[in-house]
Amino acid sequence: MTNSGAVLKTYSVVLLFLALRAAGNSSMAWGMKQVPERMSMNPAIYLHAMLNPFVAMGIAALILALLTRMALFSLADLSFVLPVTALGYVIAVYLGKVFLHETVTRQRWLGALLIFAGAALVGSTTPDTTPSLEGQE
Amino acid sequence: MKWLLVAVIVLATVLSDLLQSHEMKRAGEQSVSAQGFARLLQTIAQRRLLILGIASNAVSFFAFMALVQTEPLSFAVPASAASFVLETLLAKFVLHERIGVRRAAGALAVLAGVVLVGG
Repeated sequence: MTNSGAVLKTYSVVLLFLALRAAGNSSMAWGMKQVPERMSMNPAIYLHAMLNPFVAMGIAALILALLTRMALFSLADLSFVLPVTALGYVIAVYLGKVFLHETVTRQRWLGALLIFAGAALVGSTTPDTTPSLEGQE
Repeated sequence: MKWLLVAVIVLATVLSDLLQSHEMKRAGEQSVSAQGFARLLQTIAQRRLLILGIASNAVSFFAFMALVQTEPLSFAVPASAASFVLETLLAKFVLHERIGVRRAAGALAVLAGVVLVGG
């Protein structure tokens, strides 16, 4: 595979991960707010909460997101994966406001924009930062 | 209580990410096709540290479930990004990954954003 092909593949996996996590987080947050019992150290309460369909769908999407991220780790370094997937924080603020009707302050939006700018800056560097056998860097 | 949950999420996430990154590098490149996922599951079963990483991820996950029950998603998700700085430092000093100036600057901007979002 060419280098640009590998980079394209890496970004495709990043997009898949972001979509899965955004959908999973929103579905779970929505579902958890419908669960009457407060969560505690008792595992039975968590299992019962998982019977809520939105919580269950959220968990399914988040498990797929976890597996996608593990695949991503084999394609790129942790120090690349973490900043780029930080876009998910902006997406979560947006979805929280639009779908969950949360109050989002100007300060929170400013923070979200900073996260986006930082993630874009990091995304403009090449994913694999560990020196290869050919010594290219 | 909400900050205790955030602390549990952050510590469990950091441990999980370090173990996963370390083990997946050793496992070699994975793909996201159906066959790729089957091979990924096989890899997971063969690596104990990877299983510990996933268990740690589960702890983080349950704490997150508890957090989103009482707090807005637009707080819970950015607050969990507090793990980011710790992870970048550990990636450099434990995993010995190379962190360039540009990447470090981007990471710092993300950090500043996370502080504002969580505030």
